[in-house]
Amino acid sequence: MKLITNLALLVCLHAALCFAVIAPETPSAGEELDRAADVSGHSGGHLTIGERAEPKTLNPVIATDAVSREVIGRMMADLVEINRATQQTQPALAKSWKIAPDGRAFTLQLRKGIRFSDGHPFDADDVVFSFKVYMDENVDSPQRDLLIVDGKPLTVTKLDQYTVQFTLPRPYAAAERIFDGLAMLPKHLLEKPYHEGKFAQAWSLNAAASEVAGLGPFRLKQYVPGQRVVLERNPYYWRVDRDNHRLPYLDELVFLFVGTEDAQVMRFEAGETNLVSRLSSENYNLLTRERARTNAQLADLGPSLEYNFLVFNQNDLSSKKLDATAQRQKWFRALKFRQAVSAAVDRDAIVRLVYGTRGSALWGNVGPGNKLWSNTSIPHPSPSLDTARQLLKSAGFSWNQSGQLLDASGQQVEFSIVISSSNTQRMKMATLLQDDLSHLGMQVHLVPLEFRALIDRVFQSLDYDAAIMGLGGGDADPNPEMNVWMSNGTSHLWNLGETQPATAWEREIDQLMQQQMITLDYAKRKQLYDRVQSLISENLPFIFLATPNVLAAADPRVGNFHPATLDPCTLWNVDELYVRGSVEIAGAR
Amino acid sequence: MRFKTKLLVAALVVVHFVLLFAGFIAPYDPAEQNRVLPYAPPSRLHFRDASGFHLRPFVYGLKLDLDGFTEDKNQVFPIHIFVRASRYKLLGFFETNWHLLGVSGSGRLVLLGTDGFGRDEFSRVLHGGQISVAAGIVATFDALLVGMMLGMLAGYYGGWVDESLMGAAELFLSLPWLYFLLGVRAFLPLHVSPARTFLLLTCVIGLIGWARPARLVRGIVASARSRNHVLAARGFGASDFYLLRRHIFPEIYGVLLTQATVLIPRYIAAEVALSFLGLGVNEPVASWGNMLSTLQQYSVLVSYAWLLAPACALVVTSVIYSLLADCLHSQLKFQSS
Repeated sequence: MKLITNLALLVCLHAALCFAVIAPETPSAGEELDRAADVSGHSGGHLTIGERAEPKTLNPVIATDAVSREVIGRMMADLVEINRATQQTQPALAKSWKIAPDGRAFTLQLRKGIRFSDGHPFDADDVVFSFKVYMDENVDSPQRDLLIVDGKPLTVTKLDQYTVQFTLPRPYAAAERIFDGLAMLPKHLLEKPYHEGKFAQAWSLNAAASEVAGLGPFRLKQYVPGQRVVLERNPYYWRVDRDNHRLPYLDELVFLFVGTEDAQVMRFEAGETNLVSRLSSENYNLLTRERARTNAQLADLGPSLEYNFLVFNQNDLSSKKLDATAQRQKWFRALKFRQAVSAAVDRDAIVRLVYGTRGSALWGNVGPGNKLWSNTSIPHPSPSLDTARQLLKSAGFSWNQSGQLLDASGQQVEFSIVISSSNTQRMKMATLLQDDLSHLGMQVHLVPLEFRALIDRVFQSLDYDAAIMGLGGGDADPNPEMNVWMSNGTSHLWNLGETQPATAWEREIDQLMQQQMITLDYAKRKQLYDRVQSLISENLPFIFLATPNVLAAADPRVGNFHPATLDPCTLWNVDELYVRGSVEIAGAR
Repeated sequence: MRFKTKLLVAALVVVHFVLLFAGFIAPYDPAEQNRVLPYAPPSRLHFRDASGFHLRPFVYGLKLDLDGFTEDKNQVFPIHIFVRASRYKLLGFFETNWHLLGVSGSGRLVLLGTDGFGRDEFSRVLHGGQISVAAGIVATFDALLVGMMLGMLAGYYGGWVDESLMGAAELFLSLPWLYFLLGVRAFLPLHVSPARTFLLLTCVIGLIGWARPARLVRGIVASARSRNHVLAARGFGASDFYLLRRHIFPEIYGVLLTQATVLIPRYIAAEVALSFLGLGVNEPVASWGNMLSTLQQYSVLVSYAWLLAPACALVVTSVIYSLLADCLHSQLKFQSS
């Protein structure tokens, strides 16, 4: 008996020793780590972030909501990532990659010797497994669309333990960018639920911390329903700072569920949270006024990639019982009508009154925030009611004695705009638009709807006249925009479910978008995408309005605070964030 | 009437008079946006400048700098009475452009500041008051009319009529009406003009509110119908309708009046609550509720105190009505005892 106890003790001791060897603070020679040469900071401390909602899941494959993605993203890592500051790709779990001359085969070299947050080693098998899951139709991952090119999935082959090859059905521009956002999964933990067909249930919020492991800077520590998710430092993380000290600096990351943007700001003002992003200009100005007291670090990062627009319902409504809307569609389909609306919109007023000058007016889908792809030759005409009236007149519209606009058949021009009632900025835009259009004699009704009800009307029932919505903001590259501009795209809002392009310009856009996707040369791609942008701004399927600036704030003690335009604005470099003046811990600098 | 009651009635008359002539008293059109003056603070009236004291008050022009709006002492705009400005319909009929107050030229007289679109808050409080108070009065009228008729029927006839009507009243009283209205709004078509929204709103508030007055009326009618003079009239062959009209209605008259003073402020508040939640009258038409809804934003609430003006107006109106209700109630009690 005593012998057994001794043996057990010995085993325990051995295991403990092994652990100590596996995860020292200073990295071992066998690990191929990524060295961030310009990063320094202090270890220890924690940061608290207020979230507008509770995450829905911790499963990176099926998460769709922003909050889940923000939390999961801190626990996971990708093969190649987009550096949010430079908007260029950089090595992550893959230390290097090679593209075959035909642009179809990608060979990725993985980092050797790195481990998941539970200590299990990571290799090519995990990569192959991860892609199998992402591309599985039954799992229904939102990322799946990206991996299907021309209806064919890309193939993943393991060449050796640390080398994988991706083969695409045809050349694909900026293909390495698709790896950003595809978190690598631990095969040893997820293979079982996957084979049992229970993948969607794996890693729910109630999962035990020991069941969840990733390659990101943090790992799950605790979830308290309705209150918070706590992440702790991943001791096996694969990046080191300037002094070879293993990142991340923070011991803990706490996500508090606070409800609304206003609550986020109040908690931040009270010092209960340390970081806040995606601020409205009003809240940003509020924090600016209080800076003397709080000393907060504030960042106005310039125009975002989001575009807000007015869209008219041009869908085919013949199969729906929406005769009244179908009647009004003859105006919405008239280009001159849309041009008149666009000419009447006072975009500068939107920037001033809605965004408190922290925003930019838009005349196309790619705004000034996207320096790489924006077509600067698109004209920016000043608002002109005269131009608008002339356009309407030439399209057969006229005005009655009390100044109301009538169409060729004498019907009064009256329509409604649906808006999400929770989005105060778009509500304000709508009120300005209503006033602008009233000067043209159009009678516009505003209908604030709950967000889900709005989405249902715009995507399913198609029972609306016009809507103010926003899109974009994911990546600067044109490829994620495919689903909006391709005539069969799922977000081709003005005319969903087209089996073939309804107009000649939509056909041309289809061709150009497909062409740019397989063109590898940036200059040529830019040319193609410029043409797409001019076609859009000439034909106005959307009346573009404005884009807000990306605004963020941090506690004065947060070090390495470098927010970026792309999501996740303040947390993209969470492994480098540190708390100034925090207590130094043994083993740290 | 006692002095206090007279005073309160006079105050109510003033409030309603002001609201009725909102178009004339308000210097601007409530929907007119001035896009260079968003969230401008209330204009300060000055009597004294570098050249000394003036009997005619004046305001300075506003200029926007980093700290918000400041007065530009180089631009002086004296305030005039009886000026011509935007066109409107007085009392809904007579089209005119005369306004009580105004400033000339490019000046703006914003007595209660402006909202986020540069619309004059003072003009909006007056015009919004028209909507909110009218909604309260019309809804009260609806509720009292329905309540009185059903209450009289139930109290006079008794038996199964009484039981079924009072059962229904109980059901209505227990209804979570806010959620009910949220549900009703979802079924309405998208295209509802502000006038129709207003009508629907008052009908719905009124119809939901009939139960309480009906119960009160029923109680009085039930006791009145067995009074001697009623029984005597019946003995002389009076019809049911005659009895209700001639002998029973005077008994409930006082109750209806007190109920009206209790219900009107409550229904004004109901309209304000619904518009605040976006279920009532929509932009650009002003109502106290939708004006207050911008204060749902924290940054607006803590930064622009003058936007609370509709809330103050609501409180003042409600307090006058409630005090009057108290006075009427105690007088009624005094009379009946």
